[in-house]
Amino acid sequence: MDLKLKIWRQQGPGTKGKFVEYPVKNISADASFLEMMDILNEELVAKGEEPVAFDHDCREGICGMCSLYINGNPHGPDSAITTCQLHMRKFKDGETVVIEPWRAKPFPVIKDLMVDRSAFDDIIQAGGYVSINTGGVPDANDIPIKKENADLAMDAASCIGCGACVAACKNASAMLFVSAKVSQFALLPQGKIEAKRRVESMVAVMDDIGFGNCTNTYACEAVCPKEISVTNIARMNREFFVAKVS
Amino acid sequence: MSGTFSYSSITKKIWMSLFGLFLMTFLVVHLGINLLLLFDPSRELFNIAAHFMGTNPAIQIFQWVLFGGFIVHIILGVILQIQNWMARPKGYKISGTSEDSIFSRYMIYTGIIIFIFLVIHLGNFFVLKMQGAVPEFHHEGAGHMEDMGLLVVNLFKSTGYVIFYVVLLLIMGFHLDHAFQSAFQSLGLSHLKYTPFIKGFGHFFAIVITAGYIIIPLVIHFT
Repeated sequence: MDLKLKIWRQQGPGTKGKFVEYPVKNISADASFLEMMDILNEELVAKGEEPVAFDHDCREGICGMCSLYINGNPHGPDSAITTCQLHMRKFKDGETVVIEPWRAKPFPVIKDLMVDRSAFDDIIQAGGYVSINTGGVPDANDIPIKKENADLAMDAASCIGCGACVAACKNASAMLFVSAKVSQFALLPQGKIEAKRRVESMVAVMDDIGFGNCTNTYACEAVCPKEISVTNIARMNREFFVAKVS
Repeated sequence: MSGTFSYSSITKKIWMSLFGLFLMTFLVVHLGINLLLLFDPSRELFNIAAHFMGTNPAIQIFQWVLFGGFIVHIILGVILQIQNWMARPKGYKISGTSEDSIFSRYMIYTGIIIFIFLVIHLGNFFVLKMQGAVPEFHHEGAGHMEDMGLLVVNLFKSTGYVIFYVVLLLIMGFHLDHAFQSAFQSLGLSHLKYTPFIKGFGHFFAIVITAGYIIIPLVIHFT
């Protein structure tokens, strides 16, 4: 298939960027979106032009490194997948594909389609962990945990921190990400001990960094490649309220 | 309580929700009184109710609480929106459309329109009442009182005002449609079993309240 790509090009942080059009030809419908980008980059290098910078790592949908805002959708038009799992059969021959970086003040553009998502690391460092002294491996079922809670914690922990929630939210809010990280600990006995301090610290850092406020539009849930539920946001609101009034 | 409680995004949302739900209860009471005009065309019931609301000491105090609720809800809404705009200084070439509710995208705009309507509404009734410019209504039991019902009926004789009123109420309905379930989510009240009911009831509430308010000018205008 032939496509017309409109790609955001930006030399570096703080520099002025612009959209540049690139026609690509003879792309296999079975190619992944990132393979299509690789083909484009090979052509650009062959012509002596600078390749398009974009983030990627495992290309298996688990590392959370790939991003790209494709035709108005984080991770493209398909649901519950990352960009690396998106295939060209989801596009029509001759289609114009607009590719933009995640847009949020806390995610500044590094170059072209790459953004700095270390703001998420700052939030995790504020409390997204359990402070325990390591020792021998505990026996399974040593601490009884309700199956329901174990499942919910596991669902929350499946967040890969890609930032699609921030990219999709009209307010660039990070509430889905932070709430998933708060929930995965709050639901388990090991995480309950530090639950109050954790939610207060993580929300404070989230606000200080400059993410927007949640207005419950649920765009985040709709685009999340790991289908993290907005019930986590409600849980974090509860956790935060309880932490502050108790 | 630490300073974080006063300024965090979640705190603002919790206050926003509490005042929003409080304002919804006001809408229900106000609608109940307005509907008296339909059940009693002589305006007696409506005027008695309006007189009670205008003279009862407890209601007089509550009136200021209500006024405060509006102000806090509006100020918080504007602060939240400004922060949200600041969080994305550069927008997308193609904006996303993945929101659950289309009305959720326009809460600040529907909110501003409701605020303007509120000012006009207060000018039409509350200010005239304060100035003592409302005609008198005689009631055998309670003696003389202000004929607030006549003000309403006279306003709804104007086709232009009825159209304006109906359009504004539809916008208020859009605001309510998202607001109801959103308030519960912000308060952390989410449950696998009850949340679908809350969402459904939110739509029902928005439709019933809006239809209830709209039917009054239409009936008065066309009868």
